[in-house]
Amino acid sequence: MQDSIGPSIQLTETGKLKHFLTVSGLNKDLLTEILDTADSFIEVGERNIKKVPLLRGKTVVNLFFEASTRTRSTFELAAKRLSADVLNINISTSATSKGESLSDMLRNLEAMASDMFIVRHSQSGAAHFIAESVTPGVAIVNAGDGWHAHPTQAMLDMLTIRQHKKHFEGLKVAIIGDILHSRVARSQIRALNTLGVEEVRVIAPNTLLPEFVETLGVTVYNNLEEGLRDIDVIIMLRLQRERMQGALLPSEQEYYQLYGLTRERLKIAKPDAIVMHPGPINRGVEIESEVADGNQSVILNQVTNGIAVRMAVLSMAMSGQTETQNARKNERLDRDKA
Amino acid sequence: MKTAITKGRIFNSETGWTECENILIENDRIFAIDGCLETFSADEVIVADNQWIIPGLIDLNVSLREPGFPEKGSIASETKAAVAGGVTTLCCPPDTLPVNDSKAVSNLIEEQASRYGHCRVLPLGAVTKGLKGESLSEYSALKKAGCIALSSAFNPFKNLSVAKRCFEYAKTHGLSVFVNPLEPSLHKGVVHAGQISTTIGLQGIPSVAETIAVAQLIQLAHTTGAHLHLSQISAAESVNLVADAKTRDIPVTADVSIHNLLYTDRDTLNFNSLFHCQPPLRAESDRQALISGVTNGTIDAITSAHQPHEAAAKLMPFAETEPGISGVELILTLAVQLHDQDDLPLDTFIRAMTDGAARVLRRPSPSLVPGETADLCIYDPSHRWLCTPETLVSTGSNTPLLNQELSGRVRSTLVAGRTVYRLVE
Repeated sequence: MQDSIGPSIQLTETGKLKHFLTVSGLNKDLLTEILDTADSFIEVGERNIKKVPLLRGKTVVNLFFEASTRTRSTFELAAKRLSADVLNINISTSATSKGESLSDMLRNLEAMASDMFIVRHSQSGAAHFIAESVTPGVAIVNAGDGWHAHPTQAMLDMLTIRQHKKHFEGLKVAIIGDILHSRVARSQIRALNTLGVEEVRVIAPNTLLPEFVETLGVTVYNNLEEGLRDIDVIIMLRLQRERMQGALLPSEQEYYQLYGLTRERLKIAKPDAIVMHPGPINRGVEIESEVADGNQSVILNQVTNGIAVRMAVLSMAMSGQTETQNARKNERLDRDKA
Repeated sequence: MKTAITKGRIFNSETGWTECENILIENDRIFAIDGCLETFSADEVIVADNQWIIPGLIDLNVSLREPGFPEKGSIASETKAAVAGGVTTLCCPPDTLPVNDSKAVSNLIEEQASRYGHCRVLPLGAVTKGLKGESLSEYSALKKAGCIALSSAFNPFKNLSVAKRCFEYAKTHGLSVFVNPLEPSLHKGVVHAGQISTTIGLQGIPSVAETIAVAQLIQLAHTTGAHLHLSQISAAESVNLVADAKTRDIPVTADVSIHNLLYTDRDTLNFNSLFHCQPPLRAESDRQALISGVTNGTIDAITSAHQPHEAAAKLMPFAETEPGISGVELILTLAVQLHDQDDLPLDTFIRAMTDGAARVLRRPSPSLVPGETADLCIYDPSHRWLCTPETLVSTGSNTPLLNQELSGRVRSTLVAGRTVYRLVE
């Protein structure tokens, strides 16, 4: 299903990125541009001096309302490699816990002349809300909001797939596990379909699948063995321990028996299938250790690619904001002249 | 006091629309239609050329926010918003602070309404003490204090045994029970559980959270004989259940919020918190079923489900915002939209908010004929205006129509022959 999220709010008038809130609403060319830009930044990470001056003089605020180590540190590294000044704000120790409203807090941060907020929040739509309420010129990058979207994670996964499979056409991709609560899966499904893979499958028991999941453009499998047939890319999702409460699953053991990716099951997929996982991994719950560390696993490539993709998104969004600001300035000048 | 309204198109549910020369009102009643203006010697003449004269609307659910929530509204502000919308009689739910579960709170509401109110206020008493769903409130005392019926106001019964006792005790006192049907264990979420909730990752409230409660409540009404009124049903299957109950003569009525007739879950795609309401906006198929339900009389009444909020209540990520739309003041504008997009004829809407609502309340239908009480509004369909917090009367400007240019507005409203609202331009 096509939805209306995105274009109006995250793109400039000329169709460039100015916020990065969700993959939906972005076309194939734009997603490919993100991947190409990220490719060019991979080389930076291999240099002795790992810096480019694209965001020199800019202030980037990591606004994390939810705990995160990996995502926050790769965003921080990405911003620093682009020469930005980085401020990390951990909200559990900050003002909103003292009753200050989110909007007031944003006002304060804007007053410090911040140029970009990288936002993680437990509520779906939080990044949209912030993008709508900040003053023009400030870019918002979504680092994960509720169950809605985690677009940079999806794009680094797309980069990893492209590195190993060269192109997206004709690929069959299986996403296995807790789709219901997964912002990563929602963004991945959208990106894979936009980039033109042949088929996206979701493999899970019905308790971990949202209503009408097939409308996202996926085929549904309850059985792992059936779903793995002819698959080129296997994406495992993390299973949160709290899913055992609330009658979503009976036990980790039964889940592993039915949906755990073992060496035996991996053989059902294509022989050159790659195995991905957004981390952190629960070994023995969703994936066998030998598979996670095996030669088909590309999990560590994903982490490296994370920095490059985030550098790409940060620099593109900032340049989109600059373009918009300049256009406004020119309009004002034209008006004054007239 | 004598008032004359001249010209205008007048609506009566029996005869439909007719052009009229004048309506003559003496004290609280209509004296004559097309009578002799010269000999009437009116104190006030309202010229209603090209305007619509409609019986005062009855709204079964308007949150006045008093006592308890002055930042959201008051009896003075929200009854004024009601008359600015053409509503002359309203029921206010008991979810105030303190809850209206006692004679004292009912008296307070009555007193404030008679002192500062602009329209008829019919309080709904809490069906259980503190709306906790556990024990009976004093129905006899509530009835004596002026409560027209009982209500659960989105607070479900703790269990079916309590619900059954409430129905039995309500039947004893001849009181109707208004229930917003929901099964709390399934009712966790902020939007309709469907394609849209799946796409945007907001937790969904499945239709079955409502329909399972509707089915149970209908059975309780059947066994106890108490009049059950289902407030703001939202799911297609609920309409089927009510239709079936009515064919079996079970004492059930139902209403629907105008927002569920106009909007769907697609409107929440961009996380616009102004569309966050309870019950949630559901799928297009539900909206169509609700419209058919109103058209064929399965659903008796339409309500604004007015829930005014202060601006800050909506300035948060979607799920953290408070549910509810401020709607009473714009209800005719919304109804005209429904009419214009060929969903629901305006006549059907007016009948649902006059005859239908009166039937639910077991009161006589309002009607613009000589001898009847002069509760009416005059609506100017061509008046253009910008809907902003400043132009709205209600304390809450949490409406999806905010900052839009609208056409059509109530010019005057009369309650018992007295002009209680006049549009100031």
